[in-house]
Amino acid sequence: MESYDIVVIGAGPAGSSAAMATAKAGLKVLMVEKRAEIGSPKRCGEGLSKSALGRMGLELEESWVRRTILGASTYAPNGKKITVNYKGPEGWVIERKVFDKWLAKKAVEAGARVIAKTDAVSVIKKDGKVSGVTLESNGKRWDVQAKVLIAADGVESKIAREAGIDTTLRLVDVASGVQFEMAGVDIDPDRIELYFGNEIAPAGYAWIFPKGKNQANVGIGVRKPWAKKTAYEYLMDFVESRPGLKKGSIVEINGGGVPVGALMKNMVADNFMVVGDAAHQVNPIHGGGIGESFVAGRIAAQVAVQAIRKGDCSKKSLSEYNKIWWKERGEKLQKLVRLREVTESLKDEELNWLAEYLQGEDLIELVRSSGFKKLAFLFMKKPRLMKLARKLL
Amino acid sequence: MIRTDSRKCLRCSGCVGVCPRSALTLTEHGIVCDSRCNNCKICINFCPVGAIDLEIEGVRRHLPTKV
Ligand SMILES: Cc1cc2nc3c(=O)[nH]c(=O)nc-3n(C[C@H](O)[C@H](O)[C@H](O)COP(=O)(O)OP(=O)(O)OC[C@H]3O[C@@H](n4cnc5c(N)ncnc54)[C@H](O)[C@@H]3O)c2cc1C
Ligand code: SF4
Ligand code: SF4
Repeated sequence: MESYDIVVIGAGPAGSSAAMATAKAGLKVLMVEKRAEIGSPKRCGEGLSKSALGRMGLELEESWVRRTILGASTYAPNGKKITVNYKGPEGWVIERKVFDKWLAKKAVEAGARVIAKTDAVSVIKKDGKVSGVTLESNGKRWDVQAKVLIAADGVESKIAREAGIDTTLRLVDVASGVQFEMAGVDIDPDRIELYFGNEIAPAGYAWIFPKGKNQANVGIGVRKPWAKKTAYEYLMDFVESRPGLKKGSIVEINGGGVPVGALMKNMVADNFMVVGDAAHQVNPIHGGGIGESFVAGRIAAQVAVQAIRKGDCSKKSLSEYNKIWWKERGEKLQKLVRLREVTESLKDEELNWLAEYLQGEDLIELVRSSGFKKLAFLFMKKPRLMKLARKLL
Repeated sequence: MIRTDSRKCLRCSGCVGVCPRSALTLTEHGIVCDSRCNNCKICINFCPVGAIDLEIEGVRRHLPTKV
């Protein structure tokens, strides 16, 4: 039987990051991806912030950057706009198709073997412990052995469930998203735009991320039980109601589930780890997961390398990953889950009222979770919001 | 059991992630549902494009093909 130190399932940012870091450390690594083309079709608005890129430790590459972001405009339900202009580039809109493949190639350069159009069909267990995986490619099925199996299979997350970790998402913890990549639209080419409101996007938001002067990813994420229609219907209404978008053309339609909560205390089993969307490692406020999944992949890789060197890949040994991830990212994201729970119960008039008080800078601070206090003090002015204020402190 | 309208389905695999019975799989041919499905409708509630429906035996459906 073919045997590897590490087998990674799924070649998104989480998988490529884990494969790259373990291969760099000299381990024998295989990464499989079931899609025919890594990164395509995208399930992503393609927004990448400067801080996320910094955490990833990657250099910007012209090949996958489409637009530099110099500001953001946020719209309250009544249309009130809060604009913030950054001092310099604060983010980019990228081309995931190019970016994901670029990352996978980096993993290959580091020494990993990558195979596209290869499906992990089931987890192999020996004495109740994960020992490998059955793969299927080009009509052929075969088994491979792994000292550590890393599931980076995205929102599907079937591998972890087979390995005995329940990653099933409850509807309140996953946004239902759909997006049009549009051309020939009138947009602000230098700023991202975010639209809030229970009519526009219940328990979520609509976005316009510019990809060119007249090109943009226009998408929406909504959640049940608040949403009364499908995400697609909300997006159609959004586009129809804006002449600058309505006149444009749709060159791609994509969508997906965005985990926005349900962070997991345990992401390991004997000889097994789960990373990225599969482990719900996404910013629960804006739904960004490129940076989070990449960082998680790297942390998991560091722990796996240590475990293999020690010759102990037990659950206990691998649980170091739980510890490090929670300290580096989890605690902060958990705070944002609280903010998410508070914002989802706000009525439109309350969102409008908030927009009167908040400056653009406040919104940025909020997403960085340093602005909670200010929001809580604001909430205390309204009797109905007092309870929510306490949740924030 | 559920079935999906492959003309609408985006192959986004979100339904797979929310299915509490792990009954769904995204394949080359779209979403396939196995016998573990207990008709809880969670996937139907999730689907961003409304591509999923319950398959009721003996009732002719508007969906043309079975995946
Ligand atoms: C509509 C939408 C908009 C978004 N917008 C943004 C954004 O603007 N910015 C941002 O940072 N994030 C955004 N995200 C989130 C971001 O796309 C994800 O967080 C990120 O892709 C997660 O990376 P990953 O590697 O964990 O999973 P993925 O990128 O989903 O990769 C998982 C891979 O595993 C493969 N796979 C699954 N099962 C198997 C199997 N059995 N065998 C082999 N391969 C398998 C899949 O085909 C897939 O390629 C958005 C998500 C959605 C749905
Ligand atoms: S959630 Fe809907 S669009 Fe996405 S894969 Fe499932 S059936 Fe298709
Ligand atoms: S109806 Fe329920 S059990 Fe059946 S496939 Fe959908 S989510 Fe799974």
